[in-house]
Amino acid sequence: MRAILSLAWKSLMNRKGSVILTLVAVALSVALFLGVEKARTGAREGFGNTISGTDLIVGAPTGTVNLLLYSVFRMGNATAEVSWPTYQKIAARPDIAWTVPISLGDSHRGFRVLGTTDAYFDHYKYGRGQSLALAKGERFGDVFDAVIGADVARELGYEIGSPLVLSHGLGTANLDGGHENRPFRVVGILAPTGTPVDRTVHVSLEAITAIHVGWETGAKNPLSDTIDETMIRSFDLTPKSVTAILVGLTQKGTILTTRRAINTNTGEPLMAIIPGAALAELWSVTAFAERALMAVSVFVIAVGLVSILTSILTSLNERRREMSILRAVGARPGHIFSLLVLEAGLVGFLGALVGIALIHAILLVAGPMVEARYGVSLAGTGPGLTDLYTLLAVTLAALVIGMLPAWAAFRRSLADGLSVKL
Amino acid sequence: MTDPAIQIDGLRFAWKGAEPVLDVPVFTLARGERLFLRGPSGSGKSTLLGVIAGVLVADSGRVNVLGQELGSLSSAGRDRMRADHLGVIFQMFNLVPYLSVVGNVTLPLKFSGRRRKAVGADADAEARRLLGRLGLTDEALLARRVSDLSVGQQQRVAAARALIGGPEVVIADEPTSALDSDARDRFIELLSEEAARTGAALLFVSHDASLARLFDRAVDLAEINRARVSA
Repeated sequence: MRAILSLAWKSLMNRKGSVILTLVAVALSVALFLGVEKARTGAREGFGNTISGTDLIVGAPTGTVNLLLYSVFRMGNATAEVSWPTYQKIAARPDIAWTVPISLGDSHRGFRVLGTTDAYFDHYKYGRGQSLALAKGERFGDVFDAVIGADVARELGYEIGSPLVLSHGLGTANLDGGHENRPFRVVGILAPTGTPVDRTVHVSLEAITAIHVGWETGAKNPLSDTIDETMIRSFDLTPKSVTAILVGLTQKGTILTTRRAINTNTGEPLMAIIPGAALAELWSVTAFAERALMAVSVFVIAVGLVSILTSILTSLNERRREMSILRAVGARPGHIFSLLVLEAGLVGFLGALVGIALIHAILLVAGPMVEARYGVSLAGTGPGLTDLYTLLAVTLAALVIGMLPAWAAFRRSLADGLSVKL
Repeated sequence: MTDPAIQIDGLRFAWKGAEPVLDVPVFTLARGERLFLRGPSGSGKSTLLGVIAGVLVADSGRVNVLGQELGSLSSAGRDRMRADHLGVIFQMFNLVPYLSVVGNVTLPLKFSGRRRKAVGADADAEARRLLGRLGLTDEALLARRVSDLSVGQQQRVAAARALIGGPEVVIADEPTSALDSDARDRFIELLSEEAARTGAALLFVSHDASLARLFDRAVDLAEINRARVSA
């Protein structure tokens, strides 16, 4: 068999041009397949790691996925809020250990602003239960203090003490005016987490109220510019509402009872979701698209494999002579069969190998950019079992596909005997 | 060692659904003999060689190679027989394009343990020795792609391949038809010498009766084959 393998190798080397083209087709298809697979698992892991330790998320009634998206992933907007008295009622429940109120709706140069309390730093957990850690500075103490995520600091070049102006709404440009007269300053920078927290500006709930003094109608009151910082500090800055509440229970076992209680008897229409279940629902929404994507990339691999088949089949006629020479020097039909199967297998194996190398090279270069732009971490996708299985599967499929031309050559070598008429 | 190299008795062969092309009551090639078999194209000589080489199976009769009845062997057994004991030279296009000159000569050794053993450890040296005997000594020439060799050079590489490892029978099917007359006589001379040196019987087939003078014995296929062949 080693003799045949060396023949197969030399035969491929002799047809370098067409073999390399076939190899590239296989490599690209494998790279595409693995790229899709890695983006998919990367996104899933990233999303799955974003929140942990929170038992329930409470917000105004909306879609389960929608509430999860805006409260945890800072995607989309809340359509309604939870009133402050209702929040206090929930926080006071005996079956609830802690609550983290969050208030969203403003932004700073493209980064979302999140109003919350000290409890956020104590109870918000991500990954496998890691807590937020301050890389520099401290938590917010004053109304105009801000704690920024790692990406915010890096991309905007902020340090402790940097001033920042929040804008109303979520745009980067202050078309309808900003909160220029309410200047904030950075007091803390969080360590990177790989979650949307990195791209968030955290302020106190009071700060959210403060920046909206004069905006009660939804638009900027011309007189609000006359209200200065000292005046604001004298106001009652107790929030009127919050966007969502992260809830931790005293006993995990009560999760369904507590959830029902919040959903039904709080006086105000509310909705409580279990993050894990909501994530599962999110996956079921994306599963269709994922499956379609996987199907497409599997078909692309099939096309790559068919190109192996085509290249061998088209070479078969011109190699008829070669086959009868091999027969004449003692090759059995089985040798002819293995020669062609091995050629197909070699192209499949090498193509897959190049494809795997290609996708990892791409991930190495593009991974950090993707992470910065889309928050999908591809870091944990170094060469792994998926690559090995893909390599094996493609090689095996190529061997199987190679049996087709091999069978044709086998039959022909039996019929041709030694005399090939050219 | 008393068995002839090839002994054929009552051989009949027909391609599926066609008239018989071979009906050979008797044919013998003695060990070490150099036999010229004359036959025009279409006389069934390629079919006869296929039967002797064991890639075609006779419909009836006995084909005995070195005392071994081919009909009693399995297809794999006939393949092994051919690998171990037969060297074949074709009319042209004898060489595998992706192998080097030396790689082509040593190719039979990949399929025959017996010939591998006969050659010993350094197969390449033996290949070079044979090529040298046949007048191919130039290292630059040996380094060329086989498709860049002249037809005459290719045929000599094929002869070296047929002879390596000392098979008992060398079959040559019109090996000189693409050569000019000088090259042709020189080729036959070299082939005969080397066959004599290794003790191989040589079965040389050609339509060109003028070559008969270069051999021990000449046989006309039309005389030994009773089948009416429509050429």
